[in-house]
Amino acid sequence: MWRYILKRIVWMLVAIVGVAFVIFTILYFTPGNPAELMLGESATDEEISALYSQLGLDQPYIIQLGKFMYDTFIRFDFGISWLYKVNVFDELMTRLPRTVVIGLATMILTMIIGFPLGILAARHQGKWQDYGIIGICMLFVSLPGLWLAIECVVIFSLNLKWLPSNGIGSFAHYILPVMTGIFAGVASNARQIRSSMLETIRADFITTARAKGQKEGVIVRRHMLPNAMMPVITMLGGMFSHIVAGSTITEKIFGIPGVGLYLLNGITYRDYPVVRGCTMFLGVFSVVVMLLTDLCYAWLDPRIKAQYAAQGAIGLRRKV
Amino acid sequence: MEQSEKFLSVKNLVVEYTQGKDTIHAVNKVSFELEKGKTLGLVGETGAGKTSIAKAILRILPDVGASIKSGEILLNGKNLITIPEKEMQQIRGNVISMIFQDPMTALNPLMTIGAQIAESISLHNADWDSARCSKEAVKMLEMVGIPGERFGEYPFQFSGGMKQRVVIAMALSCNPELLLADEPTTALDVTIQAQVLNLIRELRKKLNTSMILITHDLGVVAEMCDQVATVYAGHIVETGSVIDVYHNPAHPYTEGLFGALPVMNTESSRLTPIPGTVPDPAVIAEGCPFAPRCKYVTEKCRNEMPSLREITPGHFTACFENIGGNKNA
Repeated sequence: MWRYILKRIVWMLVAIVGVAFVIFTILYFTPGNPAELMLGESATDEEISALYSQLGLDQPYIIQLGKFMYDTFIRFDFGISWLYKVNVFDELMTRLPRTVVIGLATMILTMIIGFPLGILAARHQGKWQDYGIIGICMLFVSLPGLWLAIECVVIFSLNLKWLPSNGIGSFAHYILPVMTGIFAGVASNARQIRSSMLETIRADFITTARAKGQKEGVIVRRHMLPNAMMPVITMLGGMFSHIVAGSTITEKIFGIPGVGLYLLNGITYRDYPVVRGCTMFLGVFSVVVMLLTDLCYAWLDPRIKAQYAAQGAIGLRRKV
Repeated sequence: MEQSEKFLSVKNLVVEYTQGKDTIHAVNKVSFELEKGKTLGLVGETGAGKTSIAKAILRILPDVGASIKSGEILLNGKNLITIPEKEMQQIRGNVISMIFQDPMTALNPLMTIGAQIAESISLHNADWDSARCSKEAVKMLEMVGIPGERFGEYPFQFSGGMKQRVVIAMALSCNPELLLADEPTTALDVTIQAQVLNLIRELRKKLNTSMILITHDLGVVAEMCDQVATVYAGHIVETGSVIDVYHNPAHPYTEGLFGALPVMNTESSRLTPIPGTVPDPAVIAEGCPFAPRCKYVTEKCRNEMPSLREITPGHFTACFENIGGNKNA
């Protein structure tokens, strides 16, 4: 098993280097002159070209790439933001908790609400509980998140004046961003759990458990849920990556100084170190979540664990 | 134990499945009795309603759509259809237990086989601690010929025959009085079949368990059962002792089943099937359900459903004709 994890970590590093290469190359070919954007419209051509070469942008592609790779992977330094003159890594470290807190809160609440709804719908398949839950879920899955977020601001901040619409600072600031995330999350989560539960409810081993005289509640908890969880875990892993990587939109709407907004500003002002730093962060985050998802799988399902162990032991004597 | 008492008696059992507007008549007024320690074989083709009868006895028909419409299932005089679910849970796995058709899917893939056997033991021995349940589970495993140290392994680490042994160990773990074996060997290959059947027979003898064996293998019935009932389209069309029914089949369908067996000592290139197909269980036809396929059919058969009548003591048939009478045993 440990061999498998080690192997996966090696491949993760390869993936990260790949991300670094791709993001550097994309930025290199992106139109727009960072020096021009930084100095504003009043700057002369001389000032612009001086800054241009000062930033090292006049050097050939291969030299710039080499320097970037060296800084990132050997010195672990993302450089200084051209616009704000602040160390990108430090800035990311102060911003990351805000993004992750919103992401985690969204995830956890989505699960707390989504799981019971999905299970309830599945256990009452074809009855009013099922139709009600699925109907509402369909509605929220189909509504665009962007519109929903703005609608929430209008209702809760403008009209009711219950919640602040912008910034961070207090607990109340986090409610709206998390809430808008939950709507779509719960809707897709509940639907997934419902269909996955329905598959398990019909499984023969559930009949076996009933034939033993087991109580319904225990059957749901001990036999149905763990089996129904398997496909859901994949979705949850993807969802968490998606929430954090997709934080740009939420953070822009609610003015939250997190990683997403940092990335967006970096892109707008061609602040290359910021864009690269954010992308690398999100890339690392995604592969780590993916690995954790797979490990969760192995932890829950002995078949997959055995498979992983066998994969890790390739070339070694296999234990029987 | 030795005296023959009516241990299980099923009276006019009707099971229906509803699918949208369609109603599937899976079991139609089935009645039979079983004595303590005896084995009843239910034979018939796929979809005849055999499994529905067994699941109705244990009240584990699927929640959605299936229902017991009427009838009585008396176990030691107590009607299992009307007792509360809580009481039924005490009976399931304890007094009546079931061996399922497909061992590949009958076990929870995420639980160790030991835990699954111990689960049913602990359910019916509330005062036992988990260590004692586990010990009992190991004993059950060894009884069905699986080394006790495999207690902590998962179903995917076992072969089909081994899994069926686990299912059997689970079913017998609380010394049930009645065992419902639903085609316990269908999913297994022939050599394993014999082993599993021997195992069931030995364990039953040891525990004096009554059994309902569901199968479409007439050879298995001959080997295992005392009584046999032929099920066709949700009706019991013939019932009697194995000797009576095998030597003197009194219903055209039973006769057809025997006729369909290949005869090994004569040269023949083709099997003899029963012509036609099983009637659609969603449509109740008038008359005998077997009439369209029967070679003895008369006008009466098409209009009137024959009820079971006794032709020799203990041997019943649901046929107007005396087809058994002119047949040599």
